[in-house]
Amino acid sequence: MISANLSAIFYLVSGVLFILALRGLSSPETSRQGNFFGILGMIIAITVTFLSVGNFSIGLIYVLIFILIGGSIGAFIAYKIPMTAMPELVAGFHSLVGLAAVFVAISAFLNPEAFNLGSQGNIKLGSLIEMSIGAAVGAITFSGSIIAFLKLQGIMSGSPITFRGQHLLNAVILVSIIVLIYYLCSSQSSNLFWILLAVSFLIGFLLIIPIGGADMPVVISMLNSYSGWAAAGIGFTLENTALIITGALVGSSGAILSYIMCKGMNRSFFNVILGGFGATDETSSAIKKEQRPVKSGNADDAAFLMKNASSVIIVPGYGMAVAQAQHALREMVDTLKKNDIKVSYAIHPVAGRMPGHMNVLLAEANVPYDEVFELEEINNDFANADVAFVIGANDVTNPVAKTDPQSPIYGMPVLDVEKCKSVLFVKRSLSPGYAGIDNDLFYKENTLMLFADAKKMTEDITKNL
Amino acid sequence: MEIDPLIFRFSIFILSIFVGYYVVWSVTPSLHTPLMSVTNAISSVIIVGAIIAGLSGNSDNIFNSSSVFGFIATALAAINIFGGFLVTQRMLAMYKKKKKDK
Repeated sequence: MISANLSAIFYLVSGVLFILALRGLSSPETSRQGNFFGILGMIIAITVTFLSVGNFSIGLIYVLIFILIGGSIGAFIAYKIPMTAMPELVAGFHSLVGLAAVFVAISAFLNPEAFNLGSQGNIKLGSLIEMSIGAAVGAITFSGSIIAFLKLQGIMSGSPITFRGQHLLNAVILVSIIVLIYYLCSSQSSNLFWILLAVSFLIGFLLIIPIGGADMPVVISMLNSYSGWAAAGIGFTLENTALIITGALVGSSGAILSYIMCKGMNRSFFNVILGGFGATDETSSAIKKEQRPVKSGNADDAAFLMKNASSVIIVPGYGMAVAQAQHALREMVDTLKKNDIKVSYAIHPVAGRMPGHMNVLLAEANVPYDEVFELEEINNDFANADVAFVIGANDVTNPVAKTDPQSPIYGMPVLDVEKCKSVLFVKRSLSPGYAGIDNDLFYKENTLMLFADAKKMTEDITKNL
Repeated sequence: MEIDPLIFRFSIFILSIFVGYYVVWSVTPSLHTPLMSVTNAISSVIIVGAIIAGLSGNSDNIFNSSSVFGFIATALAAINIFGGFLVTQRMLAMYKKKKKDK
């Protein structure tokens, strides 16, 4: 058994290693080393915990067995999961962090002696407050992530679920959580503790159901943040520095990502959270678009345009992930490069269903990361490029965001695709995108629509090149 | 009067939020997905609480209600730790630079 002071120092070391793990992600070269620091920090934290408890009875064997079970499941998932399913995986993992926080809080509540927090029915006030906050946030993270997971997986419809009085109900529940924590702390009643958990699970569900499918990048980032705050709450209860540091890091990381995602859509955080956006207004857009002519072409036309281009910019979106077209796309680009055509990729901050989603898919298809550019880096290049190849993206290319103040997406930063000499737009149909509005780009003189499945079209173009 | 240790922990907490803020802004946007999976893995350091709970039973009664929750939480956190770090590793291994000969 090691002293409390020594273990506190080791926990501090692992906290610092976790900071270095995030620091490593500032560039792909240092990222792998960063991940190694993270693993090292985790090993130190776990080892120190075993040593500081010092109870090597039969319980230790059970703990190790459960680590082994969980670890094998985790490793299995990590190797099997397709990269396109990353958003679901991350949502699923968030739910586990939340649930683990809830369970740790329950154990601490049932057996405070083991954690040095006083005795049952007489838990130290500070610890009880921290514990109930950690448990409540953990429960919200859990149930919210479950809904996010179901929506991303397609088990649950991605369209927002709204009803009258929804915001009022949510507000009442949130206030009741605070009241419950107050009474729980003054009475130490275990019944109130269970009610608090139940209500927190409920509000997690209710908060996420009104948020639509394409707002998932914000939701995932937000739940990421919650899982951090839950961990920090438990860290305060356990007086554990590693947990407090990590919780704060993860909490602010998720908050920053949510902010970046909201900015990418030019919407306020509250606007996203309150939900209801993207309830497609199909009637109005359907009437308008029927009268406007579009030019549509086939793989042959597209190949001809690209062959005669000297530079091509690819704009991938969620549709590429759905069609699993990233490998076919890379093959097409390889052929273009053999013909000495310059190719780069333009990625909008909210392309895909989670931050950085497109980058991972392109990396998986062996696209070098120095050919992939963010919106600000590449937006001026469209004017000089010959062909823009839009595959699976829609709203993020809509020029309406710059021209029509009436449009719901007005002010959203968009890729200036229309400035290219010609635009190839791969899409299944003319249906409006997630925002429920027509894309003006479809009707431009220089746009050629390619109506087909993204993967099949890309393969056909490659054949024709 | 002595300062409550809670204040020290609170100071660490607030400072860590600031560290997190600056560190995360320096993360390149193309690595935002690995950032999420690795934060997932490290927030599962909550396993330390689960281990303490799991070890709290004595040999007569290894499965008291508190330790059972501890065992389950241990397994859940372990899924995340292994899954999170390994999937991050897998993703990061895919990020390659352009080959020179091209």
